[in-house]
Amino acid sequence: MSVRTLPLLFLNLGGEMLYILDQRLRVQNIPGDKARKDEWTEVDRKRVLNDIISTMFNRKFMEELFKPQELYSKKALRTVYERLAHASIMKLNQASMDKLYDLMTMAFKYQVLLCPRPKDVLLVTFNHLDTIKGFIQDSPTILQQVDETFRQLTEIYGGLSAGEFQLIRQTLLIFFQDLHIRVSMFLKDKVQNNNGRFVLPVSGPVPWGTEVPGLIRMFNNKGEEVKRIEFKHGGNYVPAPKEGSFELYGDRVLKLGTNMYSVNRPVETHMSGSSKNLASRTQENIAPNPLAKEELNFLARLMGGMEIKKPSGPEPGFRLNLFTTDEEEEQAALTRPEELSYEVINIQATQDQQRSEELARIMGEFEIMEQPRLSTSKGDDLLAMMDEL
Amino acid sequence: MVAVDLEGPYEPRVRRADLGATGVTSDLGRGLQGSEPRMFRWERSIPLRGSAAALCNNLSVLQLPARNLTYFGVVHGPSAQLLSAAPEGVPLAQRQLHAKEGAGVSPPLITQVHWCVLPFRVLLVLTSHRGIQMYESNGYTMVYWHALDSGDASPVQAVFARGIAASGHFICVGTWSGRVLVFDIPAKGPNIVLSEELAGHQTPITDIATEPAQGQDCVADMVTADDSGLLCVWRSGPEFTLLTRIPGFGVPCPSVQLWQGIIAAGYGNGQVHLYEAATGNLHVQINAHARAICALDLAPEVGKLLSAGEDTFVHIWKLSRSPESGYIEVEHCHGECVSDTQLCGARFCDSSGSSFAVTGYDLAEIRRFSSV
Repeated sequence: MSVRTLPLLFLNLGGEMLYILDQRLRVQNIPGDKARKDEWTEVDRKRVLNDIISTMFNRKFMEELFKPQELYSKKALRTVYERLAHASIMKLNQASMDKLYDLMTMAFKYQVLLCPRPKDVLLVTFNHLDTIKGFIQDSPTILQQVDETFRQLTEIYGGLSAGEFQLIRQTLLIFFQDLHIRVSMFLKDKVQNNNGRFVLPVSGPVPWGTEVPGLIRMFNNKGEEVKRIEFKHGGNYVPAPKEGSFELYGDRVLKLGTNMYSVNRPVETHMSGSSKNLASRTQENIAPNPLAKEELNFLARLMGGMEIKKPSGPEPGFRLNLFTTDEEEEQAALTRPEELSYEVINIQATQDQQRSEELARIMGEFEIMEQPRLSTSKGDDLLAMMDEL
Repeated sequence: MVAVDLEGPYEPRVRRADLGATGVTSDLGRGLQGSEPRMFRWERSIPLRGSAAALCNNLSVLQLPARNLTYFGVVHGPSAQLLSAAPEGVPLAQRQLHAKEGAGVSPPLITQVHWCVLPFRVLLVLTSHRGIQMYESNGYTMVYWHALDSGDASPVQAVFARGIAASGHFICVGTWSGRVLVFDIPAKGPNIVLSEELAGHQTPITDIATEPAQGQDCVADMVTADDSGLLCVWRSGPEFTLLTRIPGFGVPCPSVQLWQGIIAAGYGNGQVHLYEAATGNLHVQINAHARAICALDLAPEVGKLLSAGEDTFVHIWKLSRSPESGYIEVEHCHGECVSDTQLCGARFCDSSGSSFAVTGYDLAEIRRFSSV
């Protein structure tokens, strides 16, 4: 629908990813002097966040992101985040990556749904950026990158009309349609029901620019008010206090998009039992994907812009577990419902030789920890590497 | 045009089977607290194969009283679902339609599906990001395809058709550029011709409303609305004439209705405005909803207006004219809260306004209400 949606989607999901990783790393934090070689320290945590944030806001990458384009599938986008999450010394197993992506998507879906005005999704984005800046306070170069992205957002979205924001909102909601993963933190806070649907409150401040419902005004031909009636509208609304700021610094007023995770709140997801809706989604997953080639192009472009710094020296990859124990992580991998699996993009051998070579080059920058594989052709290499993701 | 024409087989899945025909109010449909006695009760819902997409005007209803049937149409995304139901909401058969493929990267999304009742036939119109498809009313045979011309579009503009209405023997369809396409429809057969392109809007059309011409000259019988909130008032004919323009005020107008010279417009800031079509004057302003309005519908026999908003509420209003001044007046009749559901479509299911149906984002059923 709207071709301006991807930057907002990507930055907000990325923001949620950083919140979650930050929380998990803090939970698994061991004071530096007491840590064993394989345990996370505060220094490690900062380094992981720095690496991911600097990759995310890399200029070349942002350039690709901001080009007008349609949204690709959730699977394609997940591949980009997986790459991003591995932009540092941190490693994630499939199950943890799945859980991370589930949490990210449900959190942003919640934020989009509850945005009072369509334009407020920009404030949500700014909330994410504000917090991201807090993570990298000590790195002026990266701070500058983030500010530059801020400037770009303002340039592109600052002048859009309410109608264009409505289209963006509809595009985002279509992307998130039928996702009903239950998140224990949302359930506990009563923002999500047991059936996976979010609670839409009928009280609180109305959006900026909307009047509190309940009044009917009637006018004559000259535009003078001649009658006023009140009616019972059913909600419990109050006027909006003030408008959030769209400046580089300012009070956003809106809380959506701020960091709701804290060290003391372990975040679990429950796989929602299969429902009728998912039947139609499984259908889409199984059928051969005619967009696979386009999605590969998209991935190649986007990830080609990521400048991943290869860790120097023989450093081991630190594994981060998004579950409480390793056993839990294994169990989650085994019991993930079929229809909710984010299978690797299923590609037929791509006809586009140049594209596959380019992707192979990008993939080559991945640190592959296993023994070198015997391959007969570049195409096989590419497929094998994709399978590894 | 019989139910069996729609593809089966259908697996009925009734939620809360214990409700039966009497219906029980639960947290899924509560009337306003402490107000007048319940006027509507929640009826048996009709299950959908796919959930409704977060679009506006995302429900079309075709009443076929002679056959004791009602057709429903809902957009899921790349597909739209048509289904037929007997009285009491018993689902009979269903069919899925897809947007016609064309040049492009992703699967084309449907923006709207709507039945157009013409003097000698009923056509089903489907608008998408590729173009306009017209079918016989049961959705079985496509009779016409019009591909959108995206020539003028800049790379940042989304190209789509949206806004569908029948006016006499014409079908009018809005587009992303603001142009309204007027198709001349023969009494039968596929010889449909694009007869006119109306200019009047500069931003994407959201909705079109029509009513039968009242017989006199100079009577407005069509209103078009767009994303900027601008309303254009037209008189139909072999050539359509622009009569008045009613400017917007910074928010989209996603839905519009026309009844006896009264324009009802729902806006993105939750307000419903009533204008005199002949003059363009605003006569009533209702602070109706706390979020954007997504759909309006009319029961023409009684002058009832239905408004649905993204705030989960549905309201029913009675339109009238003051006997002394002739000015437009309105009265609030009823409100209903569809808990935790961002509504996206709403229609009366009969012309006396005694029953209505709604769809909601992510909701895989059509919720029905009827008066007690």
